[in-house]
Order: sequence, then C-alpha cells, then structure tokens
Amino acid sequence: MSNTQNEQVNTNPSFEENYIDENVSVQTNKTKEFIKKFMKRKTAVVAFAIMCFLLLIAVVGPSIAPYPADAYDYDNILAGPSARHWFGTDQFGRDIFSRILAGAPLTLGVSLSSVIVGAALGTVLGLLAGYYGGWLEMLVMRGADVLFSFPDILLAIAIVALLGPGIINVFIAVAVFTVPSFARIMRSATLTVKNSLYVEVARSLGCKDGRILFVHIFPGTLQSLIVNFTMRIGSAIMAASSLSFLGFGANVTDPEWGAMLSQSRSYLNTAPHMVYLPGLVIFITVLAFNLFGDGLRDTLDPKIK
Amino acid sequence: MPQEVLLSVKDLRTEFFSSKTSSVTAIHNITFDIYKGEILGLVGESGCGKSVTSLSIMQLLKDTPGKVTNGSAVLDGVDLVKADDAQIRDIRGGKMSMIFQEPMSALNPSMRIDKQMVETICLHRDMTKEQALAHAADMLKKVGIPDPPRVLKNYPHQLSGGMSQRVMIAMALSNDPKLLIADEPTTALDVTIQAQILDLMKKIQKEENSSILLITHDLGVVAEMCTRVIVMYAGKIVEEAPVETLFANPSHPYTQGLIASVPKLGSGVKVLPSIPGSVPDLSSMPTGCRFAPRCKYATDKCREKEPELVNIGENQKCRCWLKQEG
Amino acid sequence: MGRYIARRLLETIPLMFVISIFVFMFIHLLPGDPARTLAGVEATPEEIEAVREEFGLNDPLIVQYVDYIVGLFHGDMGRSLKSNIPVSELIWSRFQFTIQLVFAGLIWAPFLGIFIGVMCAIKRGTWADLGGMLLAICGLSAPGFWLGLMGIQFFSVKLGALPSAGLDSWKSLVLPSLVMGTGIMATLARYSRSSMLETLREDYVRTARAKGQKESIVMFRHAFKNSLIQVVTILGLQIGGLLSGSVITETIFSIPGMGRLLVDSIAYRDYPAIQGLLMIFALQYVLINLVVDVLYGVINPKIRFD
Repeated sequence: MSNTQNEQVNTNPSFEENYIDENVSVQTNKTKEFIKKFMKRKTAVVAFAIMCFLLLIAVVGPSIAPYPADAYDYDNILAGPSARHWFGTDQFGRDIFSRILAGAPLTLGVSLSSVIVGAALGTVLGLLAGYYGGWLEMLVMRGADVLFSFPDILLAIAIVALLGPGIINVFIAVAVFTVPSFARIMRSATLTVKNSLYVEVARSLGCKDGRILFVHIFPGTLQSLIVNFTMRIGSAIMAASSLSFLGFGANVTDPEWGAMLSQSRSYLNTAPHMVYLPGLVIFITVLAFNLFGDGLRDTLDPKIK
Repeated sequence: MPQEVLLSVKDLRTEFFSSKTSSVTAIHNITFDIYKGEILGLVGESGCGKSVTSLSIMQLLKDTPGKVTNGSAVLDGVDLVKADDAQIRDIRGGKMSMIFQEPMSALNPSMRIDKQMVETICLHRDMTKEQALAHAADMLKKVGIPDPPRVLKNYPHQLSGGMSQRVMIAMALSNDPKLLIADEPTTALDVTIQAQILDLMKKIQKEENSSILLITHDLGVVAEMCTRVIVMYAGKIVEEAPVETLFANPSHPYTQGLIASVPKLGSGVKVLPSIPGSVPDLSSMPTGCRFAPRCKYATDKCREKEPELVNIGENQKCRCWLKQEG
Repeated sequence: MGRYIARRLLETIPLMFVISIFVFMFIHLLPGDPARTLAGVEATPEEIEAVREEFGLNDPLIVQYVDYIVGLFHGDMGRSLKSNIPVSELIWSRFQFTIQLVFAGLIWAPFLGIFIGVMCAIKRGTWADLGGMLLAICGLSAPGFWLGLMGIQFFSVKLGALPSAGLDSWKSLVLPSLVMGTGIMATLARYSRSSMLETLREDYVRTARAKGQKESIVMFRHAFKNSLIQVVTILGLQIGGLLSGSVITETIFSIPGMGRLLVDSIAYRDYPAIQGLLMIFALQYVLINLVVDVLYGVINPKIRFD
C-alpha cells in the first residue's frame, strides 16, 4: 500500500491538485460515514438529543417558565414538588423549576462561551508553538505547565481571587483554565501532522506558512480539537457552578444553578428538594456533554475506546 | 514412502463476527496435513488468511472477534477445536508452540527474560526454578546467544530484534514441541539477521526432527526452507505441492503470478511482472473462482462456478478449472 | 534510575521558579496600590506607609522578588491581614485537615477505580462492562458539592448515622471521603479500562497464552501489570484534582482545612494568605507529580535501565 502511494507522490507532477480534489471527496464521504457510525451509538445519540434540548432551553427557557424567576409566593415557602410548583419552591417561595429555566442561559452561556474563547486561544497558541517551535514553543509550554500546576478549579479560584467575584470573572477564569489543555493537545497534534507526508509535500511545493498552518495542518488536528472541546464543556459547567457554589460566581440572588445549591445548604432539614433537583439538572447537563464527547471520540477514533 | 501425519486439519472454517448475526469468513473450509519432520510453507498475500489459520490451530482467537465455526485440527489424537481449556493449555507451549512476526513486541516489556522463560518451562515440565533457569540458559545457548546469563537478566527493550527473535525461538522450543508454528518469523528483521534466524530454525528442526509450519509471503524463504508448500488465496487453499514441483511447475495462475513477481538475479528484466488488482474484500467475495477477477486466463465458467481443490499429479493439488478439464 | 530522578528534580526547578514569579506578581497584578491592598481596605495613610516600609514596596521589583524568595526559604510568607498571625503558621495549622481529606479519598478511590476499569476491560461488551462505565461517567459528571449535600441530607439529616460537619472521628471522614474520591474513582476506571484494552491487544499477551498459561495469570501478570504503567502517569493529575476538591469538600462539611482557608481569605481579600496558599498548593502539586513520575520510573523498566 504505502509503496504505491510513494510512487504516486514521486511521479505525479500535479500532485497537489489531485490531492486536494481527492481530499474534498474523501471529506464528504467521511462526514457521511461519520454520521452513520455515530448514529449507531445509542447513548451518544440520546446524549446529543438532551444536549440540543438543553441548548434550546437556554434560548427559550426564560420565556416559557411558568413563573418569573424572582416572583415570591409567600404562601408556599420551602414547599416540596407539587402540581403548582413542579420542582418545589425555595426559602422565598420562588418557583425552583422557573429559576432553573431562567438560570440555563446563565450557566450554559458562561460555560460555553468561556470554553469557546479558551479553546480558540489555546488552539492558536498550540498551533503556533507546534509549528514554529523555538522560544515561542518554550514560552507557551512553560506557561501551560504553570497553569497546570494549579489543579482544575483551583486555578479558576486563583483567578477569581485576583479579579474578585462576579459572573464575568468566572467566565474569564474558566476561559483561562481551558487554554492550557488546548495548547498542549494542539501542539502535539500539530507536531504529528507537521511531519506527515502531505505537509512536507505542501512545503516542498512552496506553500506559505500561513496557508500550510490553516489549510493543511489545522484540518488534520480537527478531530482532537472537537473531542477535547466537547469534553471541556462538561468540566466548564462543573467549574462555573462550583465557583458559584463557593460564592465567587453569580450573585446569590441570581438563579445560577450552583448558586441555588449553595442556598439550599441551610434548608437541608426542611427542604431537601432544593438540593436534589437543581443538582440533578447540573448532573444531567454535564452527563449529556460527557456522553456526547465519548461518543464523538469513539466514532472519530475507534482505536482509543 | 508413507509419511506419518502429525497435525491433520480438516474443513477448518473461521469466521469474524461484527455482531451476533453478521460475520465474514476469513478461512473457508481448509484441509491439509503436516507430516512429522517436515517444514510446511503456507504462502499468500497479506489478508489471505495465513495468520488466521495459525491462530485458529493454536486456539488463540480469544480477544479477537474471530471464531472457529467448523472442522477439526487433530494433533496426536486430540482435536484442538473441541478440546477444553485445560487440554489446550497443556498443548500450547508444550507439544505445539508458536513464534510471531514482531519479536520485540511479543515479549512482555516489564518482565526479565529469565522470568518469561522459566514461566514457560515450569508450565510444562516438572522442574524447580533453578533447573528451569539452567534449562533456559541451555536453550539460549542452543539458539546461538553468546552470553546467556547476561541476556537472561535483561529486559526485552535491551535486546535487538534479532536477539529477541532468538529468545522467542528458545522459549518456543524449550519444551521440545512436536510442532512449531512460525508466523512470518523474519519479516520484521534485517536481511542478514533473517538468514541467520532461518538457518537456526532449519538446524534445530533437523536436530529434533520436529515439524514447522512456516507462514510467510516470501517465496525466497519458502524455496530455502520448506519441503512442501500450501498456497492460500482469499481464505482458501488454491495449490498444494512439494517445493520443487511448485517452483518447477506451478499450476495455479495465482501461484504462477507469485513466482513470476519474484526478482531473479541477472534475469535482466526491467519491470517485474505483478498480479493486477488486490485480494477481494472478505465481505464481498466474487461468485465463482475467487481469483477470477485478477486472472488473465479466466473464462465465463470461472466466473460462474467455483472449482474444487483436486489432485492433478503426484502430491500436487490445484483449485483451477483449467487444470481440471485437462 | 538515579539520573532519571535527578533530571526530573532539575526540571522542577525552573517550573517552581516561574510559579514563584506568578505568585509574587499576583499582588502587583491587582489594580491599585499594592501597599493599600496589603494593608486592607480600612487602613489609614500611616498604616499604608508602614506596610510599604515593611514589605519593601519602595524597592525595585527585582529586589522585592529576591526578598520574597529568601523569605520563602525561611518559611516567611508574611502576616495574615485577617488574623495578624504569620501566614506560614496559619497554613500549617490547617494543613493536617486537608491531608486527612486527601488520604481519605486516596485510600479507596484509585483502587476501586482501577478494579472497575480492569474488570470492564476483561468483560468487554457485557452488561457488567456497560454498568461499570455508566457508573464511571456518572461519577465524573456529578458535581462534588451536590453529592456532598445529598450525602448530608440522607445520612446525617434523615438517618442520623453520620456527622454532617467537622472532622473529629472516623465517622466524620466517611462522607468527605466519598466526595473527595468519586471523581478520581471515575477517571481511573475509564482510564484503566482503555489502558487494559490496549494492553490486551498486545502481542505479548498472545505470547503468554501461546505458552499455555492460565487465563487468570495472563490477565494479571502479563496484561494488568503493563496496563498499570500507563495508569500511573495520570495519577499525579488526579491527586492534584483531589487538592482542589478539598476546597469544595471543606466548604460543604465545614472543615477548617487549607481549601476553606483559601475561600475565606479570598472573601476577606487577605492577600498575603492567598499568596501563601497558592504557592503551597502549586508546590504540593508539583511535588506529587514528581513522586508519581519517580514511581513511574520504578515500575517501568524502560526508564529504570536507561
């Protein structure tokens, strides 16, 4: 097999054209095949459906909530789940179900946007570090090492300690702690692709660095990128809600999911539903993203499993 | 001179299951014998089922989706296909042992050589650890390792490929097997080391009068080593013959193609002939003769109905319509 | 092996150096006058001036940094603004609680995780495998604070079987240990399953079977031991996760450990304490990873003998 490919490279003068044409058709075939394979993983498909549903909730949730998020119902304080209040009420008689719906854009929005920003930054840094090497690589990788020496949410806590509490700062903190993992993954993926035959061919044909980076190298690293992206969303939701739980994130009055749980601590005796239900929502959300990420990874790279 | 049969494989079929109900057949009802004291070559392109054949005989298909679904493989009166786990374990590494293509990865990287060899010996021989260790050193010497005590103390990553394969051979031979299955034993090695390893195998086979099933895609190796040859194509045997007959008078077009594509010294041919196309996908076998799509002699009959493997001469069998019609 | 350890030790030095710069700069990265920050919000101009003098904030940055490092080597991390006792003493008094929690998590979670992962790999494709992996991904997705609060609600409030706060008997460690360990258990289960599956496909496992070895010994001696080499590499990261998990756990169960101290210090803007804690957390993490790397060298002959 490899022999015949080599021959092609050596003898065919218009290799790049052929390669690119082939690549495009291979790509569409691959996408079809990918969807076909993915659909076979039932748990991942279910997770994907739940994920889409949650994202939909984040968009339309507040407008379909049965009550306003801060409507007090003093007749029903700390009431358990009922027909009137599906998830019960909190210490002010606010409807927990409505608050969860209202909090969805907050929790999901912060997590998603911070992962997007962190991933973009980390990807670019990793690509450049892997491609150019030298002092740039050293700088990026040492920086990632330092950020990695503050495990998980401790880094986010440190950043919040620096910037002060608040939802915007939580966004920044989660974005920053997303950067190093992408920088590392992208660097190693870039290194692998950089030395592969097709990049060497592109370089020998006189492609410019920028074109090589984004047309030839970046697509080759896309798989690792997508998989890591999905996986990170779960941990971002976890980190953001943990920060809010600790009182560093959203205002205690905001319907952020972690903050709601933090409130429930004082009412464990009388209103256990305040713990169980909002927590369950966080759990299901993170689970859906994780299961979807697993499904993606298994489909894209069945070797790992 | 009637020879004594050591291993008799009959109608052996191995299927690979992608789910409980759907499967592809990797080897399709193959039948052959291995005689005592012979080196039988099994040749074919990659993907033709050579390795699956050896793994099926060794019952090493666990942890693969493969399963033997038909036939028998009788060694010394024991049907390996039907034997229970304890029986098979007793035979594996004892009467019948195996060496693999990649010697470097076939040794456990976190165990010293001495432990790995003693393990093999103690499983099949009634020896103390010290006796086993001494026997291991003897075996290493036998396979031409200059400093057995040092090698015994080594970890696999400290050995070269050739050394590793010698250790594998020593290990495989340490319980005086009657049958050694060698699956491409030299493919992963340098050319000079290849020759050494092959010589070693031949020498030991003569000394012990054991049998070897040598699996290879290299006809040069076959010519040098084997007494008889089986040619496989797409999961079936297409030709079986003594080695001289096979090279002097290859009867199946596939065999002819294989032999023609071997470079010969001083033949002066610029471009080697090759067989066009590639082995068909196991899941979409052509009807009729499996080689027909690549065969330049193929007729309509070849494409419609598959020929049987029949005797076409003394000790020679062939699966081709051209030979059967005379 | 000696050289390997020496090299790893040497590698941590520049890392610790960079971390110390980060932590040192922390105070200077904050908006506003560091002296005012350090003196506290209600400080008078005289107090601010005193702080400026005490911390040498008038010196050039590089001098300040050297002083800071020299201080660190003498165990001097400044005084807490909140309690006015040396930060090092403050941290030391909280250290034992956090360590207890970390051990409470480590005592069961990695072992159970590896056991589940290996069993799932061996029984691949069965219901047991599916169940194990479902358990693992649920463990990975359940927020620690949720598990902790549910644990208190059920075992302390409802059953009255376990204490809900403090750290004074083994009973009071049970629930925190659950919260600490769940994540590490889940991660190791997933990781050791994939590592074991990879190992099971190795040629040497086939060789072991070809020797006529029993399946149980093939699994344990040949497959499991080698798969462990890979699992150990991520153990360091996981223990780091435990350290940060202690922040949550200590908050839920009102345990006066370092995590709780960090949360309180942030709320109080007690910057010397925050600085000291960040330094200690990072140092611990780097040291743990060093130990794990050495452990990796011990079980991996390729490193031991090169």
